[in-house]
Amino acid sequence: MNNYTFRIKRFDPENDTVPRWEEFHVEMAPTERVLDGLIKIKDSVDGSLTFRRSCAHGVCGSCAMKINGKNGLACQTLIKDVSFSPDTVITLEPLPALPLIKDLVVDMAPFFEKNDKVLPYLINNEPPPERERLQSPEDQHTILQSITCIMCGCCTSSCPSYWADKEYLGPSALLKAYRFIFDTRDRSTEARLERVAQVHGLWRCHSIYNCVEVCPKEIDITGHIAKLKSLSVKKALSGRKSLKKK
Amino acid sequence: MIHYFDTLIIGSGLAGLRAAIEASRHGSVAVLTKLYPTRSHSGAAQGGISAALGNEEPDSPEWHFYDTTKGSDFLGDQDAIGIMCEDAIRTIVELEHMGVPFSRTPEGKIAQRRFGGHTRDFGAAPVRRACYSADRTGHAILFALYEQSELQGVASFPEFQVLDIVIENGRCSGALVLDIQSGDLHTFNAKATLVASGGYGRVFKTTSNALASTGDCLSILFDGGIPLEDMECFQFHPTGLYGLGILITEGARGEGGILVNGKGERFMERYAPTIKDLAPRDMVSRAIMTEIREGRGVDGKDFVHLDLRHVDKKIIEERLPEISTFCKIYMGIDPSENPIPVLPTAHYAMGGIPTDVDGRVLGDEKGATIEGLYAAGECACVSVHGANRLGCNSLLDTVVFGRRAGMAIGGYIKDADRREIAKGPSDRVKADMNALVNSTGDEKAGALRSEFRKMMMDRCSVFRNEEGLAGLVQDLKTIKERTKYVGIKDRGAQFNTELLEALELNHLINLGEAIALSALQRKESRGAHSREDFPERDDENWLKHTFAFKTGRGIEFRYKPVTITRFKPEERKY
Ligand SMILES: Cc1cc2nc3c(=O)[nH]c(=O)nc-3n(C[C@H](O)[C@H](O)[C@H](O)COP(=O)(O)OP(=O)(O)OC[C@H]3O[C@@H](n4cnc5c(N)ncnc54)[C@H](O)[C@@H]3O)c2cc1C
Ligand code: SF4
Ligand code: SF4
Ligand code: FES
Repeated sequence: MNNYTFRIKRFDPENDTVPRWEEFHVEMAPTERVLDGLIKIKDSVDGSLTFRRSCAHGVCGSCAMKINGKNGLACQTLIKDVSFSPDTVITLEPLPALPLIKDLVVDMAPFFEKNDKVLPYLINNEPPPERERLQSPEDQHTILQSITCIMCGCCTSSCPSYWADKEYLGPSALLKAYRFIFDTRDRSTEARLERVAQVHGLWRCHSIYNCVEVCPKEIDITGHIAKLKSLSVKKALSGRKSLKKK
Repeated sequence: MIHYFDTLIIGSGLAGLRAAIEASRHGSVAVLTKLYPTRSHSGAAQGGISAALGNEEPDSPEWHFYDTTKGSDFLGDQDAIGIMCEDAIRTIVELEHMGVPFSRTPEGKIAQRRFGGHTRDFGAAPVRRACYSADRTGHAILFALYEQSELQGVASFPEFQVLDIVIENGRCSGALVLDIQSGDLHTFNAKATLVASGGYGRVFKTTSNALASTGDCLSILFDGGIPLEDMECFQFHPTGLYGLGILITEGARGEGGILVNGKGERFMERYAPTIKDLAPRDMVSRAIMTEIREGRGVDGKDFVHLDLRHVDKKIIEERLPEISTFCKIYMGIDPSENPIPVLPTAHYAMGGIPTDVDGRVLGDEKGATIEGLYAAGECACVSVHGANRLGCNSLLDTVVFGRRAGMAIGGYIKDADRREIAKGPSDRVKADMNALVNSTGDEKAGALRSEFRKMMMDRCSVFRNEEGLAGLVQDLKTIKERTKYVGIKDRGAQFNTELLEALELNHLINLGEAIALSALQRKESRGAHSREDFPERDDENWLKHTFAFKTGRGIEFRYKPVTITRFKPEERKY
């Protein structure tokens, strides 16, 4: 057990006009999670400290925040990974670029709303077969990474293109579009491509890779966006060709 | 704010969302969750969902029926088990059509693997019955159901926490709900209310359950006079990560992993000679605890090893990526190179709100229903799992009975009249909250919670006995008294999680009492309920369901016979 210092950016919407910093000291083992530290503070020092959490092992996406300057999950980050010696301070802030509600809690609505714009559901109106639709393991692999997204918001809130343009769909929603466009069972590629291949969509991404760096599920988001871009270019070209023929 | 809906669904896990999709074909639906919908704990389910698809080897719903009944130690109701196993294949195919990205066989069919207690030919050998999406099956299904519910126009209210469910004159008329973000109290009037609020593993110190799995709605209904069934039956999963309780799926053993004690022995060969490490969970958990008690833990400590080192690396990478990551992050070990230290972890509530096979909540042991009130999923007790659930049967239960409840609701709301919750209940809820926020007591909710969860773990987990349970019941009274003096620092309305955690603690202790007293009165050992002072199953006296009622005189018990249609109780050997 060591004594660690947590420096936390706090904001009480009913009393503060701007955020303030507060320091807490907690006895912890280096192998404990940052989330354990937050819970210890809440349970024994200051019950009003506010943060989201649920699963506590990196599967629900609730506890995304900025940890020592980088977005991540508090339940998937161990103390030893962010505090190399007991006197390194652990700094916690809410996710950037989303409206602040209280302490480490931001309004996720603008983030989730982006998803709704890419038709985020499997669309296939052909009469279903009696048994499962077949899909080869290789085809399933094409969407494998994209289905592991837990909608934590780390990526979109770290994306400079999103900071500059709040209408930008952002990496997470584009990844969702990819998940369905490249699912061999889906039949709405055109409609979805139309929604993402626009200035606030695919073309806003400048491959800066911030998103990939912070994704707790290690998804190569930028790579997926690149595949969407090339598909969209291909479709546009073949569209033009078929126009010429007419 | 006041809302009117045909159907109100509390909980956006698999059970709630599947019901919502169904009910939305018949009228307006609101889904409430205290989290965001896709953050429900269903998303943590790893291993799979069962159905006798026979994609990888011959299988039949009949064998599934037998295994589930035997797994339940014959406490499961066979009418319900029959329905579930018969409907399983259709259910999985439907999920696939909705977009669930299952892992595939080389021919492109849904892949299947082995899981504990699932066998061919009535117990002859393990069978591949678990349909999976790597080790993220719950996540894959949760997202698909949420996406389809959105497509159906279901209205979802994220971060809305239910404080009370209103039942007047034997009829449910909706719920009183806190908008966590604003702190406003909302009234949801609905013709039909479905409770799908999930498990309550947070009662125990070591658990695989989420911090949000606090059983609020069961406790609310219990206080409102609804009985709770078979609360003594709580499942401890054999393989929780040592010290953390994070689950390592049974799928790890399904893919070939074995359990090893401190002497390097594959000890399950002694406890279940036929199916060994794939024996049902209650047996494996008891075996692990016995090994440890008899001094055969690893390095003399209180854990054993789950060994995957002989399993093909490729299989671990492709089919168990998530648990490998957990091992790496939290334990600093690679399961291909090091054995994983494990210990049983509180995992699944077999008991809960009693319902019929269409999700109607029962008001007593004789089968009287509460008009307009439904329950499905882990919070409910149909009962398909009896005294011990088989792996992969819970996800199936949530989807099969969630859908059935949704269909029953569809029929009911056609002729039901509009509901209007009176002002009384909401004044009461407001007063309770104000009293808590303004309490000047100096007890800390966090400290009480830790004490409570430890005492439940020490005296009411894998093994139980009269002395421990009786003492526990006394200690629970004391701790309940102390919760009256919990002080709250946060006086704000918005996002007051301190207040919510204090309320959740009251619910946990309420359920802890129901569990402890139910365990004390069942004087036999059956499934996960293992009494050291009554080590045998006693079909003559205890082949029946416990119904706990909260009355002015304290908790009282009545009983409901088990429904047996197909398989007579027999000795349970594997
Ligand atoms: C780690 C883990 C792995 C598992 N793996 C498997 C597996 O492989 N196969 C299998 O069959 N089963 C598995 N299970 C069991 C299975 O996942 C659960 O039993 C099942 O998902 C429960 O689903 P549910 O819909 O009933 O509840 P949940 O998914 O828990 O949803 C509950 C919902 O209710 C809401 N809620 C609760 N209280 C309130 C309130 N007061 N107000 C508003 N909303 C509220 C929550 O926010 C949530 O939305 C696993 C369980 C765990 C913990
Ligand atoms: S790669 Fe694209 S989406 Fe990702 S951070 Fe950069 S601009 Fe944003
Ligand atoms: S892509 Fe990664 S960072 Fe973005 S929401 Fe999904 S899991 Fe989070
Ligand atoms: S609490 Fe679920 S991801 Fe951290």
